[in-house]
Amino acid sequence: MSPLSGYLLLSAFLFSIGLAGALTRRNAILVLIGIELMLNAANLNFIAFWRYGPHPEALTGVMFAIFSISVAAAEAAVGLSIILAVYRHSRTTNLDQLNSMKG
Amino acid sequence: MTISFLLLAAITIIGTAAAMSLKNLVHCVLALSLGLVGLAALYMQLGAQFVGFTQILVYVGAVAILAAFVIMMTRSANPTLTNAASSFRASGPLIAVLVFAVLAWATISGTSAQPILTAAPEGSVGQIGTALMHRFVLPLEVIGLLLTAALIGAGILAMDEHRGTQHRGKQ
Amino acid sequence: MFETIDQIFVLIKHWLLGYVPGALQPISSAILSVVPVIIAFPLLFAITTVLERKGLGRMQNRYGPNRTGWFGILQPMADGIKSLTKEDIVPRTADQLVHFLAPVVMVIASFLVYAVLPIGRNMVIADLNAGVLFFFAIGSMVELSVFMAGWSSHSKYSLLGAMRAIAQMISYEMPLVLSSVVAIMAAGSLSTVTIVNMQAGYTGIWPHWYVFTPWGITGFVIFMIAATAESNRCPFDMPEGESEIIAGYFIEYSGFKFALFFLAEYLGMFATSAMAITFFLGGWAAPFSFLTWIPSYVWFFGKLLTLICAFIWVRGTLPRLRMDQLMNFAWKFMLPLSLINIVGAGIWHFMPAGFTRWTVVSLLVVLSCVLLSRGLRRNKWFHVRTYRFAS
Repeated sequence: MSPLSGYLLLSAFLFSIGLAGALTRRNAILVLIGIELMLNAANLNFIAFWRYGPHPEALTGVMFAIFSISVAAAEAAVGLSIILAVYRHSRTTNLDQLNSMKG
Repeated sequence: MTISFLLLAAITIIGTAAAMSLKNLVHCVLALSLGLVGLAALYMQLGAQFVGFTQILVYVGAVAILAAFVIMMTRSANPTLTNAASSFRASGPLIAVLVFAVLAWATISGTSAQPILTAAPEGSVGQIGTALMHRFVLPLEVIGLLLTAALIGAGILAMDEHRGTQHRGKQ
Repeated sequence: MFETIDQIFVLIKHWLLGYVPGALQPISSAILSVVPVIIAFPLLFAITTVLERKGLGRMQNRYGPNRTGWFGILQPMADGIKSLTKEDIVPRTADQLVHFLAPVVMVIASFLVYAVLPIGRNMVIADLNAGVLFFFAIGSMVELSVFMAGWSSHSKYSLLGAMRAIAQMISYEMPLVLSSVVAIMAAGSLSTVTIVNMQAGYTGIWPHWYVFTPWGITGFVIFMIAATAESNRCPFDMPEGESEIIAGYFIEYSGFKFALFFLAEYLGMFATSAMAITFFLGGWAAPFSFLTWIPSYVWFFGKLLTLICAFIWVRGTLPRLRMDQLMNFAWKFMLPLSLINIVGAGIWHFMPAGFTRWTVVSLLVVLSCVLLSRGLRRNKWFHVRTYRFAS
């Protein structure tokens, strides 16, 4: 098993952990954290392919990872402020109770 | 599959698994920070130092703290009775296991053919900066716009609306 | 002969490495580089506690501690014995693991940043390619430990203090990083060793330090103010104001853990001062070209002690800022000023050397400073939208 497949397996494992968390947990913040984990797993994939791929001097993997980190940070900020706004309105972050658009 | 890779992978997996399964939400955020630091160390081991430090600076220094703040402000840190695992559906973890199986099969069948042996590439900060200004200048500007929009949007969304009602009461 | 004294620690290290077998060379080289830093900076911490208490006492027209030893010089030893032998009280409702880990994380983060500081010529533990980014990344982990400390104590005052402290530290992290960008731009590299080497030249007797340029002095002042706020020192010590919130986020800590927090806070102060010296004050370089025979580490520690005395002086002089004054200052004054400073540094780089660029950049910086401070004095421009209905 080459080093590249080791990193890819790790990235797949992290992705599935994030997916399991996002699908299972009931708190909105933890779902967001699961999504962040999935993005991080994809980043690891990019960097692993940049390292072991044919053209590392093109810097594509590193660039994509940097942009992905910035976009993920922006998305986390906006998502968390949406959760705050929803909490102010309905006093709960439990996704099972946020199932009606009335109010 | 060196020792350092196995160690860092173990730390990352423990951190992220704990982040997704602990009951106490603040413990989840702290375990997530550990997992993200493990990921940053993996990036540095792969030779992408800039990305590793940026990951620590952005994720551990900002996103994790933001999540912790929101957990405290929405009072999700105190476990109430409704947080008990009463309606645990197994479909979530099952889907995740299926996804992992598919990805692992794709990985092993795809990369076991040829051994890849390249020297460590040079991703120095100067090269990244030059690339950002030459080849990737459009994504850079777009990211700037995106971050500005996110900053303003997050501020407006989280702003306290009750001050408006106080003014209205005086009319 | 002076070069030998200058490089004496490096020579001792190489001599000691000669006795080590080949297989153990990398790890013993690392240990030999790290041990002097681990000895020197806690010693500096001990000296600073005495210096601070005596200095503050004199500024407040009283003696500082003068019972232990000659002029109170053995006070750190007394403090150490006290904190080691005090009972370690942990509240029963506190989160035990997080409560224990918070000071550990803070001390680890505070010690890690010393790896990229050039203490003398050829005397840096790790010459990283992105050393400055490493410094700021590890420095941002301190906020996580502040949150851990504040939340794990399960006490209203500690949580409030922690949230205030984190808000303050995050707000002042932006001017801190942006004001260092000017030095990075001028040196052309993120490596601290390169930044210092670029400032180690002389024209005549005058050094090439970045503080002797208009953008440099603005950057230095902004960096020092942001460093004061990052270390929660007066006038920014609202989170740990002793008269208000007693001790803020480490109110539930006693004994050795409290001493660890104290140590971590002071080490953070030393590290940011050392970074300011690296960026703007020329690192280990002597101020005049005829003084280069004094060893480089003597200059570094001399500058560091000067900055520490400046910190103590400011603590004894200025009153505490309120929370909203703090945040206004960070976001509405320091952040725009540091951005304009970057523009000024860019203009400086592209204009030819001479009197014109001095006037242009100084005018830019001074005008923006004056206009921003005028703008802060007016009332809030942004009002919540109010609706008027016909009555």
